Amino acid sequence: MLAKRVIPCLDIDQGRVVKGVKFQEIRDAGDPVEVARRYDLQGADELVFLDITASHEARPTLFKTVEAVAREIYIPLTVGGGVRTNADVRALLSAGADKVAINTSAVQNPDFVTAAGSRYGVQCIVVAIDAKRVKTRKKGEALRWEVFTHGGRKATGLDAVEWAAKMVEKGAGELLVTSMDRDGTKAGYDVELLRAISDAVTVPVVASGGVGTLEHLYEGFSAGGADAVLAASIFHNGTYTVGEAKQYLAGRGVRMRM
Amino acid sequence: MEIIGVIDYGMGNLHSLAKSLERVAGERRIEISSDIERLGKCDRLVLPGVGGVRGCMDELKRLELIDFLRTAARRVPLLGVCLGMQVLLDHSEENGGVPALGLIPGEVLRFPDPPPEPGTERLKVPHMGWNRVKQSRPHPLWAGIEDNSWYYFVHSFYAAPQNPAHTLGESEYSHHFAAAIARDNIVGVQFHPEKSQAAGLRLLANFASWNGEA
Repeated sequence: MLAKRVIPCLDIDQGRVVKGVKFQEIRDAGDPVEVARRYDLQGADELVFLDITASHEARPTLFKTVEAVAREIYIPLTVGGGVRTNADVRALLSAGADKVAINTSAVQNPDFVTAAGSRYGVQCIVVAIDAKRVKTRKKGEALRWEVFTHGGRKATGLDAVEWAAKMVEKGAGELLVTSMDRDGTKAGYDVELLRAISDAVTVPVVASGGVGTLEHLYEGFSAGGADAVLAASIFHNGTYTVGEAKQYLAGRGVRMRM
Repeated sequence: MEIIGVIDYGMGNLHSLAKSLERVAGERRIEISSDIERLGKCDRLVLPGVGGVRGCMDELKRLELIDFLRTAARRVPLLGVCLGMQVLLDHSEENGGVPALGLIPGEVLRFPDPPPEPGTERLKVPHMGWNRVKQSRPHPLWAGIEDNSWYYFVHSFYAAPQNPAHTLGESEYSHHFAAAIARDNIVGVQFHPEKSQAAGLRLLANFASWNGEA
């Protein structure tokens, strides 16, 4: 049967790997090709690149980075950030990406997800959802999360669980779910958010935002019901290698490719 | 010098597949083209594919590659990858039902939707990630590759060859399905060898030196 996946995430800014806390305080964490090669050797199941500059002018830099990484590594690569048109999707796939992640543009035009999926196949269309807990809820009311766009800067008023289901209807092949409350905090995934979305959809869900320990990765699968777990800083900082993480998860009974 | 033709019909993952082939091709040259004349000079052909089957068949038709492929498949070793494997069969359920190349008898079917029983793990579709491939029988394509090696898959539809003898390897996802198929000099793999590290590169190397005999 299918193995669960461990995915290091590289935030890319102007051709460099960076890491922020709660979508802010960006700092440098290395050369994308070097970092990608290291994770490949450690047994990473996939890699995710998020282009956080995502500006039109920086596009050629991103394509170069994707090409350079795709030349070096033989595992799947998802690239997100600033994907707005079918031409953007095609350019990234041609540069060597295997999947593209769509976030802001999916909110602006949900039919773009359908268009891209029917042209390039739903299997290469990942919808990235940045969600934040709604704090002003009444007593006894169920937990709710709101979708944010533009790298977490813009509230949309959309309910994250309903949005996830809608995106799958529109043709998303996978969901990358990031908790903005947890991102960069090392406090663990928002497993309630993951569980709510995982139960609402039939496509694979990738957990993101908040990993500080190996136990957190396990919780993403067990409590969160995710199909893949994504983490950045625990791997970038060298706290754990991807191999150590997979050993640990296999020991906890999670099916891993070893 | 031998030439490996990679058929470029605008459906995605050419870059990584071509790069992987280059890495294992040795003295052979890689020709990426949609031109019948150029492809006709190739000693072996690779048909990649990411996307929907209708778009794929439409593009093959527009580029006059359907007849070319049917003829070439009688002559040179042909490898279909992912969607490129699925179109080797007669027909696909995807996009409301689309006739395909018909080089290997059989259908392409959708994975069943998640079973409703509570307490059981839901079946996520697409089947996305690493899975093991059990080799159904010895074949030059499997040379030097350990049985039950891990390969990377991304697909919502799977090949169901009519003749069990055409199944070269099987994986399990809710049920057993054909992860690799073969008929004479024609082979197809559902997984992405170019994304499957050493086991994938070895399979591509095996294809690059295969004489087309089982």
